[in-house]
Amino acid sequence: MSPEITLLACIALPLLAPALITALHRWPNPREAVTLLTSGGLFLLVLSLHHLVLQGTRPAINIAEPIPGLKIGFEIEPLGMLFALLASFLWLVTSVYSIGYMRSHHESRQTSFYSYFAVALGSVMGIAFAGNLFTLFIFYELLTLSTYPLVTHAGDDNAREGGRMYLGYLLGSSVILLLLAIVWTWSLTGTLDFRAGGILEGTVTPGVASLLLVLFIFGIGKAAVIPFHLWLPAAMVAPTPVSALLHAVAVVKAGVFTVLKVAIYIFGIDFLAQVPATQWLTYVAVATILLASLVALRQDNLKLLLAWSTISQLSYIVLCALLITPLGIVGGGLHIVMHAFAKITLFFCAGAIIVTTHKTRISEMNGIGRRMPWTMAAFTIGALSMIGLPPTAGFISKWYILLGAIDAQQMFAVGVIIISTLLNAAYFLPIVYTAFFRSPKNNMEHGLKDTHGEAPVAILLAITVTALGTIVLFFFPDLPLDLVLQLAGESK
Amino acid sequence: MLLANLPALQVVIPLVSAPLCLLLRNPRHAWAWATLVSTMVLAVAVMLAQRVYAEGTISYAIGAWATPWGIEYRIDMAGALMILLIAAIGAVIMPYARRSIRHEIARKHITLFYTSYLLCLTGLLGIVVTGDAFNLFVFLEISSLSSYVLISLGSTRRALTAAFQYLVMGTIGATFILIGVGLLYMMTGTLNMTDLAQRLPEVTDTRTIRVAFAFVTVGVSIKLALFPLHIWLPNAYTFAPSVVSAFMAATATKAGVYVLLRFFFTVFGSEFSFTAMHVGEILMLLAFAAILVASLVAVFENNVKRMLAYSSVAQIGYTILGISLASTAGVSAGIIHLVNHALIKGALFLALGCVFLRLGSVTLKDMHGLARHMPWTMAAFVAGGLSLIGMPLTAGFISKWYLVSAVLAAGYWPLAVLVLVSSLLALIYIWRVVEAAYFNVPGAAMQKVKEAPASMLIPVWLLIGVNLYVGIDASLIFSMAQQAADTLIGQALQ
Repeated sequence: MSPEITLLACIALPLLAPALITALHRWPNPREAVTLLTSGGLFLLVLSLHHLVLQGTRPAINIAEPIPGLKIGFEIEPLGMLFALLASFLWLVTSVYSIGYMRSHHESRQTSFYSYFAVALGSVMGIAFAGNLFTLFIFYELLTLSTYPLVTHAGDDNAREGGRMYLGYLLGSSVILLLLAIVWTWSLTGTLDFRAGGILEGTVTPGVASLLLVLFIFGIGKAAVIPFHLWLPAAMVAPTPVSALLHAVAVVKAGVFTVLKVAIYIFGIDFLAQVPATQWLTYVAVATILLASLVALRQDNLKLLLAWSTISQLSYIVLCALLITPLGIVGGGLHIVMHAFAKITLFFCAGAIIVTTHKTRISEMNGIGRRMPWTMAAFTIGALSMIGLPPTAGFISKWYILLGAIDAQQMFAVGVIIISTLLNAAYFLPIVYTAFFRSPKNNMEHGLKDTHGEAPVAILLAITVTALGTIVLFFFPDLPLDLVLQLAGESK
Repeated sequence: MLLANLPALQVVIPLVSAPLCLLLRNPRHAWAWATLVSTMVLAVAVMLAQRVYAEGTISYAIGAWATPWGIEYRIDMAGALMILLIAAIGAVIMPYARRSIRHEIARKHITLFYTSYLLCLTGLLGIVVTGDAFNLFVFLEISSLSSYVLISLGSTRRALTAAFQYLVMGTIGATFILIGVGLLYMMTGTLNMTDLAQRLPEVTDTRTIRVAFAFVTVGVSIKLALFPLHIWLPNAYTFAPSVVSAFMAATATKAGVYVLLRFFFTVFGSEFSFTAMHVGEILMLLAFAAILVASLVAVFENNVKRMLAYSSVAQIGYTILGISLASTAGVSAGIIHLVNHALIKGALFLALGCVFLRLGSVTLKDMHGLARHMPWTMAAFVAGGLSLIGMPLTAGFISKWYLVSAVLAAGYWPLAVLVLVSSLLALIYIWRVVEAAYFNVPGAAMQKVKEAPASMLIPVWLLIGVNLYVGIDASLIFSMAQQAADTLIGQALQ
């Protein structure tokens, strides 16, 4: 298959899978097999394009032109390749996890769940491979719309409220701010293509560029920059596989991915240095990092804690984009991968606990490590990665982020990252302590003996893969590192 | 011979078939006749549009009496777009109407319904093809009178009061237009639009012409339901039969916008209208109010038909906003939105008609849990709703894109923000319906509800399909709209 056809197949495959999944509604096992085959096939397709990108080839294809001058077109470049590899691999793992989770939890309407999941991943592929801002926006909105039914899967009042906040924040920011920025960019420059060095330099004044940058950063609500971050905790009403893949990896990473793409290919790193707003937005990112961590400190609900932690971690990447040095880009790109693996492990563990013990609060999880050692061991690895300790992946990305901050001579950013590391330790380590070293007798639910065992096999399998991945990426960071270094080279 | 007389046939075919329909006592025969006529009308419209696209403006003298004394039918690109729109909507609605009308109107009135429908079609098409100002008034009245009848045939008694309210306001509007045309005739001695355009520049500085302009503006604004003269619309759309709501939402107000374009650009000329009379600023202000106020009211409505009616008022505001810019970008954006909105609202009202057929009600409370029982209908509603909000890959996104671009190009960025903010208001009221249908626990009455019949679902999905197609490839509509805008604005003298 030619690279262009493979590219299209990567996007079409997950978008077409729901038809088959819905047709197999009555036969759960073949239906799940379709999901597994689709995600596995997708990962292989994406992988087959990897070596081309490393060589410097940029497969590209246009499929439609809704508005004269604006094409729906795709082009693969290093960052997109990285994101696509990450998302497709973790979709495969999450599919295994979902099967274990949805079945043990006896969730209803599983067919629509798997269908919308596939559409969401198809949208992620569209975002990853988008060749211009117009195409990216189309799939960005499609991602919001296809994840809404997943967020509100439970169908009760809580789900509905959560869904409203989700849609309100995401569509509100994208329609009022992001779309305005995109149309304005188009009217100023006449193009929306992603180009090395950006398209704005020379066409707009730094003042206008500042305004555009503000619109973009806040308009990309999926990057959860304060004050457009509240959709993420609200989305925790979703079933945990959704929270794990979508709100730790796909949706949020789509947000910071878009931020990086806009910074590198629309503004251009050199031009960003001349834009006054860049420094101010750095402060906003820093504020998000700190404030979100502080809120996370106070959470008793494990999923909510993880959500606030995610908000904080996402702004690491936003900060990297605004540091406007190649090292910063490397750090940001790496963090997309490293954080994804660690966070998905943590969410998987939270889901494992929910399914096995029906517990959601940390105060109820005393001594849980003794009955679920495998799960909590994985949780510990994920926690260490979030803090940024070797031998976990988080250390590598944090290293480069610090290097980038120093290179940009933003010493206060260095300080913030260090403080944030301490805060991460402050809210993750107590969980590990509670799980392993606290006595179960102190649990909030007295009189109920914990008789549960470990999580179901499918769940454990998924958790093992991602936890191992977190460690493997520390020792063998080449796959993401090569791509990111190429990206940094291109951004010059 | 037939081909040479196509412009006349466009109007004559439905006009002559209307009284013939009256002879058909059997409802099924009346429906079949109306469907046949609608199809023929569509065929004529397609042929005419193709000719205009290929050769440019068509001019046709009725009865071979030479203009400017004889009545001229003049179809340019704007007209071609409109006849396509009206004829296509009419044709798509007919298969749908069979079940819907049988359910909503008493058997003895069904023949009357189809007769009035054919007359309304005549009137609307006549408005759009004619090149004579008084002839336009005649067709306007034909379409208005027949639409009063159509609305009054609704299933509740409030349909009568709604129709009466529309009658009063509509007659005032038509009378104002007549007065305006009369004043124009007095000052220039001609009723032919092109001739008027040539003779008016000599007399535009008189109070008479300015008054004529004012009368025409107010009269047309009533017809196209521009805020604050929109008061007849919510009741009319809510209490009319579903098919009528869909048909009128997709065609009647659009024809009103066409009349506005004709008078402002062709007859009076953009220089007089926009520079001397500053109508652009007035329209912009009213459009702003329409978009904001109507969207806000729609958010709080519990009757979905009424909600969509107010939504229509807001959407007309978008079109008028585009036109008020008086630039090629603005006017073509307005025209594109006109067409797209017709597709969207037509589909939404038809979907609601399916709901009414099975449920007997269109209030949010009664629609709890509907999506389980009518999945295809609600899916169509969601698709249409997403288009209304302006999500990518739908027609609504295309027109919103062009509108925001045109407004930004003219330098009015607060208005651009307004357009985007109002999309969110649309999100709120559409989502109220989505939540009602998909989330809540259905009541006992819901258990017997089945999906709508195929004869009604297919037209709905056809319109949705066109919606989605335009969302991916808007090139045809765009080129037609832009040509139309160019012709209109470039018409100082022709």
